[in-house]
Amino acid sequence: MREKLRNILDESKKQLEKASSLQEAEDIRIKVLGKKGSLTEILRSMGSLTPDERKELGQAANKVRADIEKLLAQTVSSLKEKAKEAKFMAETIDVTEPGKKHVLGTKHPITITIEEISKVFKSMGFSLTEGPEVETVFNNFDALNAGPYHPARDWTDTFYINDQVLLRTQTSPVQVRTLMSQKPPIRVFAPGRCFRCDTPDATHSPMFHQVEGLVVDEGITMADLKGVLDSFAKQMFGPETRTKFRPHHFPFTEPSAEMDVSCFKCGGKGCRVCKGSGWIEILGCGMVHPNVLKVGGVDTEKYTGFAFGMGVERIAMLKYGIDDIRLLYENDMRFIEQFK
Amino acid sequence: MIVSLEWLKDYTDINVSPEEFCDRMIMSGSNLETMELAGTDMENVVVGKILKIEKHPNADKLVVCKVDTGKADPLQIVTGAPNVYEGAYVPVALDGSRIPGPLHGQPKKEGGVKIEAGELRGVRSEGMLCSFGELGFADKVVPVNQREGIWILNGEYTPGEDFVKALELKDAIIDFEITPNRPDCLSMVGMAREAAATFDEKVKHPDTGCVHEEGNAADYISVEIKSDLCKRYIARIVKDVKVEDSPWWLQRRLIHAGMRPINNIVDITNFVMLEYGQPLHAFDINSVEGRKIIVDTACEGEKFTTLDGSERTLDDKMLMIHDAEKSIAVAGVMGGLNSEIENDTQTIIIESANFLGNSVRTTAKRLGLRTEASSRYEKGIDPNLCKDAADRVCHLIELIGAGKVVAGSVDVYPSPEKPKTVHGRVSRINNVLGVEISREQMVRYFESLEMQVEGEGDDLYVTAPTVRQDIEIEEDLIEEVARLYGYDRLPVTIPKGNNEASQSYERDVKDLARDTMCAMGANEIQTYSFVSPKGVDNLRIDEDSWERAFVRILNPLGEDTSVMRTVLTPGMLEVLARNFSRNRESVRAFEIGNTFMVNLMDEKDLPVESDAMSIGFYGPEEDFFTLKGAVEELLEKLGIHDVKFVAERNYGTYHPGRCARIMVKETNTSVAGGEDEMTELGIMGEVHPDVCEKYGIGTRCYAAELLFNVITEMADLEKVYRPLPKYPAVTRDIALVVEETMTAGDMEKVIKDAGGELLREVRLFDVYRGPQVGENRKSVAFALTYRHDDRTLTDDDVNKVHSVILDALREKLDVTLRDI
Repeated sequence: MREKLRNILDESKKQLEKASSLQEAEDIRIKVLGKKGSLTEILRSMGSLTPDERKELGQAANKVRADIEKLLAQTVSSLKEKAKEAKFMAETIDVTEPGKKHVLGTKHPITITIEEISKVFKSMGFSLTEGPEVETVFNNFDALNAGPYHPARDWTDTFYINDQVLLRTQTSPVQVRTLMSQKPPIRVFAPGRCFRCDTPDATHSPMFHQVEGLVVDEGITMADLKGVLDSFAKQMFGPETRTKFRPHHFPFTEPSAEMDVSCFKCGGKGCRVCKGSGWIEILGCGMVHPNVLKVGGVDTEKYTGFAFGMGVERIAMLKYGIDDIRLLYENDMRFIEQFK
Repeated sequence: MIVSLEWLKDYTDINVSPEEFCDRMIMSGSNLETMELAGTDMENVVVGKILKIEKHPNADKLVVCKVDTGKADPLQIVTGAPNVYEGAYVPVALDGSRIPGPLHGQPKKEGGVKIEAGELRGVRSEGMLCSFGELGFADKVVPVNQREGIWILNGEYTPGEDFVKALELKDAIIDFEITPNRPDCLSMVGMAREAAATFDEKVKHPDTGCVHEEGNAADYISVEIKSDLCKRYIARIVKDVKVEDSPWWLQRRLIHAGMRPINNIVDITNFVMLEYGQPLHAFDINSVEGRKIIVDTACEGEKFTTLDGSERTLDDKMLMIHDAEKSIAVAGVMGGLNSEIENDTQTIIIESANFLGNSVRTTAKRLGLRTEASSRYEKGIDPNLCKDAADRVCHLIELIGAGKVVAGSVDVYPSPEKPKTVHGRVSRINNVLGVEISREQMVRYFESLEMQVEGEGDDLYVTAPTVRQDIEIEEDLIEEVARLYGYDRLPVTIPKGNNEASQSYERDVKDLARDTMCAMGANEIQTYSFVSPKGVDNLRIDEDSWERAFVRILNPLGEDTSVMRTVLTPGMLEVLARNFSRNRESVRAFEIGNTFMVNLMDEKDLPVESDAMSIGFYGPEEDFFTLKGAVEELLEKLGIHDVKFVAERNYGTYHPGRCARIMVKETNTSVAGGEDEMTELGIMGEVHPDVCEKYGIGTRCYAAELLFNVITEMADLEKVYRPLPKYPAVTRDIALVVEETMTAGDMEKVIKDAGGELLREVRLFDVYRGPQVGENRKSVAFALTYRHDDRTLTDDDVNKVHSVILDALREKLDVTLRDI
C-alpha cells in the first residue's frame, strides 16, 4: 500500500511536470484525486485494514494527497502564467505606431494672452470688469481729460457712429464707467477690443485689444504703481525681468509713464526683438488725473490712484514671435493650432 | 523733434557722449525715436580745388580735372558732372576711400561704397568728385542748385583738409518724440531747457540784439488786427536785402535738422523757427499795397494763390493776412505767390505772429495744406516768443550781412499772456510719489526749468515761463519733480489693502463655454467687430429682418468694415472659406463676441450690445448631428437642460430641410396646464448651398449662431448632488415603424408624456430604412429606461407603464410596433 502511495505520488509528479496545458493538469487531477482516481481508490480500500494501520496509512495517504494538490496548484499557476505570456506575445503591438487622434481645440492666442494677464492681476486682487465696444465720446475722450482738439478725436483717427458715439479707441473709458459706478477702494482691470482708423499692415490693425487697469484708494502712490507693474512684468515675462519707467504723457494721467521691460528674448543684451536696445515698451501708465477722478465724484484730496493700459496684440506678438498682426485675424487653423 | 547735438551745444553745456545724453534725456522725459551719428560714414574724403578742366579724349560727356588735394602733384580725376568749374572747391573721395553713397543712379548699399583709382574710357582717374547724394545726404535737404552734379562748396577751404572736419559734419542727430503737452520742446531752446535741467546746467539764450539799426519800422508799415484769432503780430523791416545762398554753418544746421536750405532770408526764418518754435514769414514790402498789414478773416469763396502755385478757395472762417487791397498770406499756413521774396527784393517785412492753433488747424485741414508753420501753430505757441524770434531774425540778417535792419518794430499785442502761478505742497508731492524729497531739492528742480518759486514751509508757488503752457495744476508740478528726481529712483511698493478679485458671472459662463468648445475639438477664432453689410445678403437674410438693423460707421476704412456686426456667422463663414481655400480638410471653429443693434429708443444713444456665439464645422466626419451634439453638450455643460430642436424651413442661411431653432423651456414662466413658454437660444443647420457658393466653401458645412446673452441668463453653473439610484433600472427597447415625415421629437414627446415618473430616460438608438419597412417609412428604435427610487420594479410594474406608452403611440401617432 505504501508502495502504491509512493508510486502515485511519483507518477503524478512526473505527469504534472510534463503537463503542457490546463486541461492536461485537470485530467491528471481527475485520474488521481477524482471520484474514481487512483488515490481515492486506495483510500476507499482502507476499510479492510486495522484501525492502527488505517490511521497510519490514512495519514500517509492524506500527506500524498496534500503533496499532489500542492503540485497541482503549482503546475496550474505556472501553466496560467505561461498561457498569459503566450497571449501577451501574440498580442504584442508596435508601440511606435502613431497614437489615435483625440483632437482638442485651442483658444485664440489673444484670448490666451488676456487670460495670462488676467491671472496675474487677479492674483494681486484686481477684479475683472468690462465695458462696451461702442462708447460715448464723453467716456472715451471728454471724461478722460482729452481736450476738445485732441488729435485722437480726428475723424482720421477714430471711427464715429454719430457725433456723440464712437468705437472706443482705448479701454480707458472703462475707468470712467468704474469711477461713476463704484466708490473707492477700487482695484479693477478691463480687457477688451478697441478700434482706430489704421489701415491693416504687418504692425497695424484697425481692431485690437487692450487691458486697462485702475486702482483708487487712500494713499496710493506712484511707488505703488511701480510695485504692481513691476510684479506684473515679473509674473508675465519671468522672474528675472527688470522694468524701466520713463516719463511720458497721457491726458488722463499725471504724472504719466511708459514702462519698458528688459527684453525677454535676449535678457537685455540687445537683439532683433528689442531692436538692439535691450528694452521693450510694454505699457503706458500714470497717476490718475484729478479731472478724471472728479468725473466719478472722487474726493481728490482724500484719494489718489493709478491707471495703466497695455496692448494685448503687442504682448502676444512679442511673446510668441508673431511678425504680422494680420495673422491674428486671418484665423488660419494652422496658425491657431500652434498655441495648443 | 530733430536735434543736432552740436547745434544744441550753442544753448547749453553738454559734456557727455551722445549715448549718455540720450539715455538721461529719456529718463527726464524726452523719449528717443532715433539717434544717428553724422560724419562717421565717410573715410578719406578731402576738400579739393579744381585747378584745370580738360576735355576727355574719348568721351563727350566726361571731363578730366586736375584737382589740388594738398599734395605736391594734383590728382587727375574724371567726372561727368556738368557743374564743375576751375577754382571750385569740391569733395574728393581719394583712392581707397569709403563714402556712404549711393553712387549716382544706383541703389543705396549697406556699409557704403569703396572708391578706388581706375580708368574711365582710357583715362586714369585717381579718385572721385562727390555730390551731396553720394556723401549720404537725403535729396530733401540738398539745396536746389546743388541737386545736379558735384557738390560745389560755398567759400574757401584748404585743399587736402579732411572733408568731415572742414565742413564740421561730425554730429549726433537725435530725433526726440515730443508729446502733445510739450509743444515748447519743438524748438532748440526748449530742448536746451530740458537738457539744462537734466544735466544741472544753465540755458544760454540766443543773442537777439543788433549793432547797427537805423530808421523806424513804424515809418515803413502799419499793422491792424481785426480778428481775435490773432493774438499778436510783430512786423520788423530789413532793407538793402541781398538774397543769396546762406553760409555753410547755417546751411549745415538746417540740413542736419532735415530742412533744405533755400536762400539766406528763408534759411534764417527757418533757422529761428527751429530755435524758438515760432514760425516766421517774410514779405516783399513792394507787394504790400498801402504799406499796411491787416489781419482778418477771408471772404467766403475768395480765391487765393499760395506760394506753391495752387489756387485755393477760402471761407470766412479762415484767417488771412491782407494789405490795403488784397490778401497776401493764409495766416500761419502759407504765404501768397503775390508777395514772395524775389532775388531782386530790396526791403522785406519780417512777420512774427501768433495765430490761434485751432483756427490754423481748421484752415490747414480745409485747404489740405499742412505746413511746418501750421503744424507748429496747431500745437500751441507762446505769444511771448514773437518778440525774441523777430529780433533774432534781424540779428542773424545783420550777422551774415544779408541786409540792413531798421530799428524798432510794429508790435500789436492786445492782451499779453501773463505767466501763471501754480500752488503746490511739498507734502502732497511726496505723498503722491511715495518719497521724501526736500523742499530745497524741489525748488532746485523748478529753478533748473527756469521756473520761479515763492512761498515757504509746505507751500510752493511756482511760476513757469509762458512757454510752459502745460503747467496748470499741482499734479503738473508733481510730474516735474518726479521726472527730474528720476522715476527710476522712486521706491517700489505694493499698495496696502486687501481686495478680493472677482469677475462677473457672464465672464464665468464665457470662460466655461470656451473651455467646453475647445474640449470638443473646436478652435477659437476672433473676427472683426465691423463687417460688410453684404454679409447678411450673402446669408440670404430676409429684407426686413433684425439682422439688418445695422449700427453704421460714419467714416469706415471701406465698405467691407462699414457696419457693426449683428450676427457672427458671416465672419465664421469667411474663416471657414479661407481655411477651405487653403486645402484644410476639416475645421471645427467657434467665436464668442459682441453683436450690435441700433438702439430703437434713441438712435443717437449707444447701440444695444449683446454677446453672441458662432460655431462652424466642415469636414468628412461632420454632419448636422455632430454639430447638434456639440451644441447639446455645450448647453448641458452650462446647466441648460430640456433643449428642443425645432425644424425651421424658412431661414435663408440654412438648408430648408436641415435647420433647427434651438429652444429651451423658460424656467420661470411655465403656466400650470398651459404650453410651456419657449425661449430661443439660437439657430443651427447645414449651411445653404447657395450661401456656401457665395463664400466659396466647396463642401457641406454646418453652422450655429447662438444668442449667448440668453444662454448666460439661462445658464446654471451650480451643481447639486443627487443620490445614486439604490434600485436597478429596467430597460425595454421598442421599434416604431412610421412615415418618413414623422419626427423623432414627436415620438419622444408622446412616449414621455405617457411614461409618467417611472420612465427615466428615452434614448433613440437606431433609425432603419429598407425593404422590410417599406417605401417612405422608417423604423425608429428607442431604449426606454424605467426605475423606481424606493424599490425594485417588478415585471408587472413595467408592463403596466410600457403598455400605456404603446397605446398612446398607437392612438396619437400612426405607428406600427416592430419586433426587435
